[in-house]
Amino acid sequence: MEKRPPVVRVEKLTKIYTIGEQKVLALDAIDLTLEAGEFVAVMGPSGSGKSTLMHLVGFLDRPTAGTYLFEGTNVNDFSSDDLADLRCQHLGFVFQSYNLLSRTNAIENVELPMIYAGVPDSERKKRALEALDAVGLTAVADHQPNQLSGGQQQRVAIARALVNNPSLILADEPTGALDTKSSDDVMRLFRELNEQRGITVFLVTHEPDVARNAKRIVTFRDGHIVSDEPVGQAVIR
Amino acid sequence: MNVLAIFKVAGRALFRNKVRSLLTMLGIIIGVAAVIVTVSIGVGAQVSVQAQINGLGSNLLIILPGSVTQGGARTGSGGASTLTPADGLALAKLPHVAAVSPQVNARAQVIANGSNWATSISGVAPSYTFIRAWPLSSGLFFSDTDIAASAKVCVLGQTVVDNLWPDGSSPVGKTLLIRNVPFTIIGVLKPRGQSATGQDQDDTVLIPFSSALERLTGGTTIGTLLVSADDSTTIALVQTEVTQALEQRHRITASMPDDFTVRNLQDIANAASATAAVMEYLLAGVAAVSLVVGGIGIMNIMLVSVTERTREIGLRIAVGARSLTILVQFLIEAVLLSSAGGAIGIALGALGSIGVAVFGGWPMVIPPAAIFVAFAFSALTGIFFGYYPASQAAKMNPIEALRFE
Repeated sequence: MEKRPPVVRVEKLTKIYTIGEQKVLALDAIDLTLEAGEFVAVMGPSGSGKSTLMHLVGFLDRPTAGTYLFEGTNVNDFSSDDLADLRCQHLGFVFQSYNLLSRTNAIENVELPMIYAGVPDSERKKRALEALDAVGLTAVADHQPNQLSGGQQQRVAIARALVNNPSLILADEPTGALDTKSSDDVMRLFRELNEQRGITVFLVTHEPDVARNAKRIVTFRDGHIVSDEPVGQAVIR
Repeated sequence: MNVLAIFKVAGRALFRNKVRSLLTMLGIIIGVAAVIVTVSIGVGAQVSVQAQINGLGSNLLIILPGSVTQGGARTGSGGASTLTPADGLALAKLPHVAAVSPQVNARAQVIANGSNWATSISGVAPSYTFIRAWPLSSGLFFSDTDIAASAKVCVLGQTVVDNLWPDGSSPVGKTLLIRNVPFTIIGVLKPRGQSATGQDQDDTVLIPFSSALERLTGGTTIGTLLVSADDSTTIALVQTEVTQALEQRHRITASMPDDFTVRNLQDIANAASATAAVMEYLLAGVAAVSLVVGGIGIMNIMLVSVTERTREIGLRIAVGARSLTILVQFLIEAVLLSSAGGAIGIALGALGSIGVAVFGGWPMVIPPAAIFVAFAFSALTGIFFGYYPASQAAKMNPIEALRFE
């Protein structure tokens, strides 16, 4: 069987922000590889560069220097439209604050990425319902965000992230606003997606309990990777 | 990019904020409605003015004798005695001439029903009622036979009837003495009111022009020839024809001044049209100002909306919307707002126009061009004033947008 290229491979990835006169080195020549099917948690204090890395990996920002290969393709020279299309077809985002459209029911929220992917009307609804079924929310498919609990809202957001069959889901503090029970549900969902569908999950968190759901934990400090090690089988359970 | 899908997205976004969308449209609605109502008033008034001008006569040319010089003193227009009934017959044969009537004017004391009244007597031909577009209210008008016989028959204006028969009884069949000559009253003209110069047009008695020449003025020349062209577009042509024909008949060479004058009532109509044109410029100005104000309203709200929906925009970018798609979505929102406002404004304007037309007593006319232009301009307003907010949305940095509180 042919070996798939790593989903993400960054080499000497550097990001410098200029705030006024001051230059801030957010990422200092990072090397990191995410193989297909991995579940990686990134930890570190705020300002350590983990969010910057997530934005770069998610094509929401461009590096100051370094190389980024996405599924074996160098995307450094991609236009912003090309990057938008990559986000649309290969990535799924999950945010701490859900970012669902208000006054818009769950189905229509999940349909959103498909509109930009050019999926026809009839198929959109069908696939949205399938995605909602996968996160266990068929019963509340026609509810609007303000009628859903935090955990449910985050699961709608996960359905939205996976509806275009992405190869990589980027989750930025997905449990940051949830109670323990909902948090566990959401993390179980990520593990299922990773194990059953083989979707690569890249998770940013500062909660060790959440990070332990991953198979590998990368720790950042001051723009450097300070540790990168697999999570012991016993801890996952 | 699937434009239809973006249309739906934009429509849904507007629908989520019904009240705000409606308030945003209000400027355009009021502007367009005002434009439609004022255009309708302008056109309606013009139609009613045109109808009054047409009431003077259908496509009327008035031919007056020219001036003559007697011992160094010129008499002024109408002073010469050069027009004859034969001129009238000749002009009637010209192409595009619908009708010709001589008019012989005199003032006389008339007596009937034991009462008397000084009025103007006009000797005219049977075609007069057609030329002046002036029908009878009762009885008959005199005929060509009456002309040939110089018959002693007359038709009265309403003012004369009112003064001689104050009891309201019908004068038809009675006898009227004009300078003590008995004329049989055969008809009464419909009341017409004042002329454009303030004269009471109903204070008149019409008799056959042959009778007038024979019994009142005692000459062979007539005071005025009325000529009716067959269409409003041929008036200028008929004017040229009539001038040439009369020059020929009166043996006037190129070096001599004409011994007659041709007056064209169309000039009055043209003056009215010029007034209407000025009105239209004024309305266009009002329309432009109101649409600009409405457009600024849209821009204002769109900017607020873009700021308020920063996170939504960030999310749309994150899930794969290209910046052009975002631009188009917000542009479509602006255009939907402005064109929906335009459509509602047209509907309200039409309602208002009906009200004004009923109140003003003229026909309700909204030119289709006004509707089309108003709608097109409101849509254009949306594009013009929606572009800046839409480009702000498209330029948004997704990372900052998603962090926006």
